[in-house]
Amino acid sequence: MQVTIMINGESVSRDVEPRQLLVHFIRDTPGLTGTHWGCDTSNCGACVVLMDGQPVKSCTTLAVMCEGHEIRTVESLEVDGQLDPVQQGFHELHALHCGFCTPGMLMTSRALLDENPDPTEHEIRTAISGAICRCTGYKNIVGAVRWAADYEAANRQEQEVG
Amino acid sequence: MQTPARFQYERATSVEGAIASLEEHDGDARIIAGGHSLLPMMKLRLANPEHLIDINDLDELSYIREFATTPGLPADEIRIGALTRHVELLKSEVLARYLPLFADAEQVIADPVVRNRGTIGGSLCQADAAEDLSAVCSAVRASVVIRGAGGERVVGMDEFHVGPYVTAVGDGELLTEVRIPLRPGAGSAHEKVERRAGDWAIAAASAAVWIDGGTISEAGVALSAVGPTTVHLARAEALLRGATPSEELFATAGQIASEDCSPSADGRGPVDYKRHLAGVLTQRALRRATARALQQEA
Repeated sequence: MQVTIMINGESVSRDVEPRQLLVHFIRDTPGLTGTHWGCDTSNCGACVVLMDGQPVKSCTTLAVMCEGHEIRTVESLEVDGQLDPVQQGFHELHALHCGFCTPGMLMTSRALLDENPDPTEHEIRTAISGAICRCTGYKNIVGAVRWAADYEAANRQEQEVG
Repeated sequence: MQTPARFQYERATSVEGAIASLEEHDGDARIIAGGHSLLPMMKLRLANPEHLIDINDLDELSYIREFATTPGLPADEIRIGALTRHVELLKSEVLARYLPLFADAEQVIADPVVRNRGTIGGSLCQADAAEDLSAVCSAVRASVVIRGAGGERVVGMDEFHVGPYVTAVGDGELLTEVRIPLRPGAGSAHEKVERRAGDWAIAAASAAVWIDGGTISEAGVALSAVGPTTVHLARAEALLRGATPSEELFATAGQIASEDCSPSADGRGPVDYKRHLAGVLTQRALRRATARALQQEA
């Protein structure tokens, strides 16, 4: 059936089987392989994208269920060569090794900071508890999210002063 | 790659339309809401519906509200729409005020990302014995509204739970609402032990007590993950009813919980351990529920 989904602000339309999962619909779209397809059982969080601003596991969502909804993937974070603060935080604090979990971690963290700009360590750990990293031990990831929160707070302050 | 078998998909635009479609497909259709129980089952081919009816657009099934069964009198019931998502149950101020065991449970149901999609109706209809909300609803004496082409019926949790993964909801029916009675002097709590964040329970206990003049006038206790279905501890409830809350009483209720559950050994632990856990968690849940009823929570 014909499905049209807004992905990163662009309308993507394709004829798919109703059983196609959102993660595959996204990854079959040219240029959008950043969303990773991991455990396929909604445990690992590598496939997390934002649906109407909320993080969801795209391996456990049918593409047809997303018609009429806005999807944001990891590709939307960087704008005109400018990294999103969470991406920059991951870079600054070396919050990835193999990088497989990173797209999901980034989108989950972005959604957290959008809802709660000043999270505690516990709140960060809770937010990413649905995402599994088998390399870092999470310490650097938690630090990176906090880095992004501080960076965005400083930016807001600068804007207010300016 | 895990892919469900082929099916047809339709998006419901009304509750009546969803029920009409269920009737039309006569047992071959399933309702999909969050999909976080059904899609994994479909990927494993444990569920093979030929037709999926997506109810995510039915906003009229998403609410948490106080309700007065007698117009003009104060609210005496909480009504929760079937499409209400876990995240909304977790954040609800109404539930936090009247039924704090919901937040206890929701903090440990799956993970925050899954909680953005999963719904109370879906969780209850999945009827997995390890599922937390079934025990929660059993403890607080909830009933569910089941609607079919012929109208609505309201059934209590004991009647709702027919067997493992089987509920009283028929082929042509839709669970639309959960109703929980409110009575004064209530306290409730949910205690769970899991292997790691987001996992199913090794065991979990839900408890509700209603205290009147220093005595437990009514109690509800139920367990998750230690039997083929949610375990409703009628014998513990009978012990608690009319008794004065004390540590000894909670310990005896815990002993009953250990005896009356029927866990099986698996990767989460042996039978003895799960029985022990059921007892300890029952005791803790009762202690916390009572402290909340007496507004003495530490």
